[in-house]
Amino acid sequence: MARNPARNFSIKRLPGFATIAMLSFFILYLPIATLVVYAFNAGTSIAAWEGLSLRWFLSAWQNQQVIDASIRSLQIASVAAIIATACATLAALATTRTTPYRGLTFKYSLLNSPLLVPEIVTAVALLILFSRIKVWTGYSGLGYLIAAHSAFCVPFAYLPIRARLENMDLSLERAAADLYATPFKTFRYVTLPLLWPGILAGLMLAFVISLDDVVITEFVKSGGQDTLPTYMLGQLRRVVTPEMNAISTVFLMLSLAIVTVFFFISRNPQKDDP
Amino acid sequence: MHGIKKWFGNFQAVDDVSLEIRPNEFFTLLGPSGCGKTTLLRMIAGFELPSEGSIRLDGAEIASLLPNQRPVNTVFQNYALFPHLSVAENIGFGLKMLGQPKAKIAAAVAEMLKLVHLEGRGNDPVTQLSGGQQQRVALARALAPRPKVLLLDEPLSALDLKLRKSMQIELKRLQSETGITFVFVTHDQEEALTMSDRIAVMSHGTVRQVGEPWEIYDRPAERFVADFIGDTNFLDVDVVAIEGERARVRLASGAEIPATFPADIRPEGRVSIVIRPEHARAVAPSPAAPLAGTVHDVVYLGTDTHLHVRLADDKTFLVRQQNARSGPCGFAVGDSVGIELSDDVAQILRD
Amino acid sequence: MSVTPAELGETIRRKDIRSRWLLSAPAMLLIGAASAGPLLIVVLYSFLAPGSYGDVKWAFSTDGWFNVFLSRDIFDDTVSLADAHFSIFWRSVRIALATTALCLLLGFPTAYFIATRPQHSRSLWLFVITIPFWTNMLIRAFAIQEVIRTEGLVNTLLMKLGLVSAPIQMLFTDFAILLGMTYVHLPLMVLPLYASLEKLDFRLVEAAYDLYASRFNVLMKVIVPLVKPGLIAGSILVFIPALSSYVIPRVLGGGKNLMVGNLIELQFGQGRNWPLGAALSVTLVAIVLVALLFYVRNVGKTGGGAHG
Repeated sequence: MARNPARNFSIKRLPGFATIAMLSFFILYLPIATLVVYAFNAGTSIAAWEGLSLRWFLSAWQNQQVIDASIRSLQIASVAAIIATACATLAALATTRTTPYRGLTFKYSLLNSPLLVPEIVTAVALLILFSRIKVWTGYSGLGYLIAAHSAFCVPFAYLPIRARLENMDLSLERAAADLYATPFKTFRYVTLPLLWPGILAGLMLAFVISLDDVVITEFVKSGGQDTLPTYMLGQLRRVVTPEMNAISTVFLMLSLAIVTVFFFISRNPQKDDP
Repeated sequence: MHGIKKWFGNFQAVDDVSLEIRPNEFFTLLGPSGCGKTTLLRMIAGFELPSEGSIRLDGAEIASLLPNQRPVNTVFQNYALFPHLSVAENIGFGLKMLGQPKAKIAAAVAEMLKLVHLEGRGNDPVTQLSGGQQQRVALARALAPRPKVLLLDEPLSALDLKLRKSMQIELKRLQSETGITFVFVTHDQEEALTMSDRIAVMSHGTVRQVGEPWEIYDRPAERFVADFIGDTNFLDVDVVAIEGERARVRLASGAEIPATFPADIRPEGRVSIVIRPEHARAVAPSPAAPLAGTVHDVVYLGTDTHLHVRLADDKTFLVRQQNARSGPCGFAVGDSVGIELSDDVAQILRD
Repeated sequence: MSVTPAELGETIRRKDIRSRWLLSAPAMLLIGAASAGPLLIVVLYSFLAPGSYGDVKWAFSTDGWFNVFLSRDIFDDTVSLADAHFSIFWRSVRIALATTALCLLLGFPTAYFIATRPQHSRSLWLFVITIPFWTNMLIRAFAIQEVIRTEGLVNTLLMKLGLVSAPIQMLFTDFAILLGMTYVHLPLMVLPLYASLEKLDFRLVEAAYDLYASRFNVLMKVIVPLVKPGLIAGSILVFIPALSSYVIPRVLGGGKNLMVGNLIELQFGQGRNWPLGAALSVTLVAIVLVALLFYVRNVGKTGGGAHG
């Protein structure tokens, strides 16, 4: 494979591609970077730079509406992520490592359907259904939001768990059974510990997805049930101050932290079997 | 094990196999891939259920017990070590599942580590071990609960040649030290001949022959067994007479030689015999030699040389000529040779 | 022995399937109750009459569907095609297609770039691509808003350089929507493309060069056909959410430049015409299904790894 370095020819190189790739990365990060920078602006405008300051972070911290919405967002995301992950784990166990049986394809389609149906349509459907139920039961708490979030988070939690299960060698469970483990003990001592990284990854994905949701929440929420994203959506209609940038920056850091942990969990080089 | 049959859909993987494996025996199931040997092993372990037939262990029926209810342990082909557990936890897994007290497990694990020469490695994660070491852990794990039968599913196939040789000896040692019955599955005839007390040769879901290694090699009952194990020459001959346990057969050249035959048949008329290449010797052409032909290929192999001799009836006869230090065996392509046979080398095949 | 092993095997298999149904029941009930199931109600509502203050009257009516395609003049009752709805659907499809094309133009080289990095650094590059994907869509729309608003970064820069004398109105235009959509959906294009490109056997590329192909020919005749499943998967993954997006046109289109998503919302809000909104929703789902069918036809069910 003698390559002539003078001609700079590489089998994999296509001219211009690297430039466009760099442009893509630039486009992806420029707006976010701008947003973060202006969160530290001392002035009241999000356009003119008037020096470095943390005043907008402080202002967001003292804004009771922001704090309430944040707490609500975290509550909903935690509960919904746990419910979704629990359901998704059981569903993954039920749909992997088996010979096809009747109804399996139906299960796949149903489990993945929240990924395919346009969010706005689901939002509308839930608005119709929940407004009826609200009238019938008189209950208008966070339950509706939690139910909606849990449902659309299931496929996101399901994906990494299923992927992990499918890479898990069935012979390990056979070995456990061979060594006198009952089906329950096999699950407890072999399947679950090996599946754990997948479950954790699913939990985090579900959490981030729930935290980010705007459309469905906007349609399902009752009065005074703003989450952070729907609060921000409302604010965007008005004159925006760098307080929005500050809130966004904190939100961004939270998502980034979770995704980073997710990244390291899913590339954990615990090679079970090549 | 009696009348075992197993279908996968329309495919019959195991067809009416009956075997008796004796206590403290190193028993090998030998056959090409797809012959049903692994399926048979998995039925003993309980991972597959037989479609028909019974499996008895010490007189007790076990065919429909779950794997965790059978006093039988398996060494898996890919070892199937638990990657999230340490070496010691892997070895102690079976005893823990059986509810043994911690102290007893620790003692058993220490003993097992010593048995497989992995002292001091107990706390290592299994993922950091070499292939040979993983193999030893898998063995120790399966032996730790003192099963009545240890099943080994081609456990050496992933190791390189040198390691495989030493593990063969190691396995044999472990078997005799523990006194546990080993049932070993392999497609490697040499592995089978080296280690086994007895071998069952399988093909297409049926057992073709059961016997000690020397019987399988020197007294093959049929063409498949003779062909599968070692290099083989087949000749068509006529039975002249039966004298006790020997028959006299006449070769195409007219020479008569003695031949053994399987106990369950009375050979007569035209039959096939098998002669191993190492029992023949190429000599200068002579009327005394029972076979004669022309050399059409010479293959030098170090310890010996293979001569491919074309006989008068156009069949090829393989002769293995021991090499001396003085140089090649002295025959060249195109030479006419006679072939001498050692005494009592022919075996009549059941057909 | 009262049961033969064969009977036992059959019993075990039946029990296994039953327990698999039990295990998947919670997830399926949850999705059935709070995601997929309510869609049926939308279909039902599209055939009811609108209530005076939103919601519906329980009377069968095809007015909802009628209004999707046609409009009746309030003065002389003449019936004509519902131009406003058609133009919004058409706009949505156009913007979604343009978004897909732009994402492809940027995403293919990006995915190719990542796929040709050394093995160990690839996952890091991918991580860099996925970070924006996991940040809130609203925040990303807001970030775009900041960059292109009249007193934003781009206009300030252009004015300082003396390229323009007055700021260009970019926010609240179709351009803004297209930019925002491309920005938001780019990772969805890169991920499946990368998955295909990573599996590409570069010995085939070597073989093509060996057989006198030019760079362009290698790209068009060898690489592109081989990664076609990824190309289609990425395009579908971008097209579907782009077509039905709601947040981006609302934040960057400024309420004037509607897309289907906003039109639907309008019927449930100020429009107070829930049956029409429901009928529009069903229409949108139908278009999405056609796109999915196209995907299944061309890539087949084996392309299950498409959802990055």
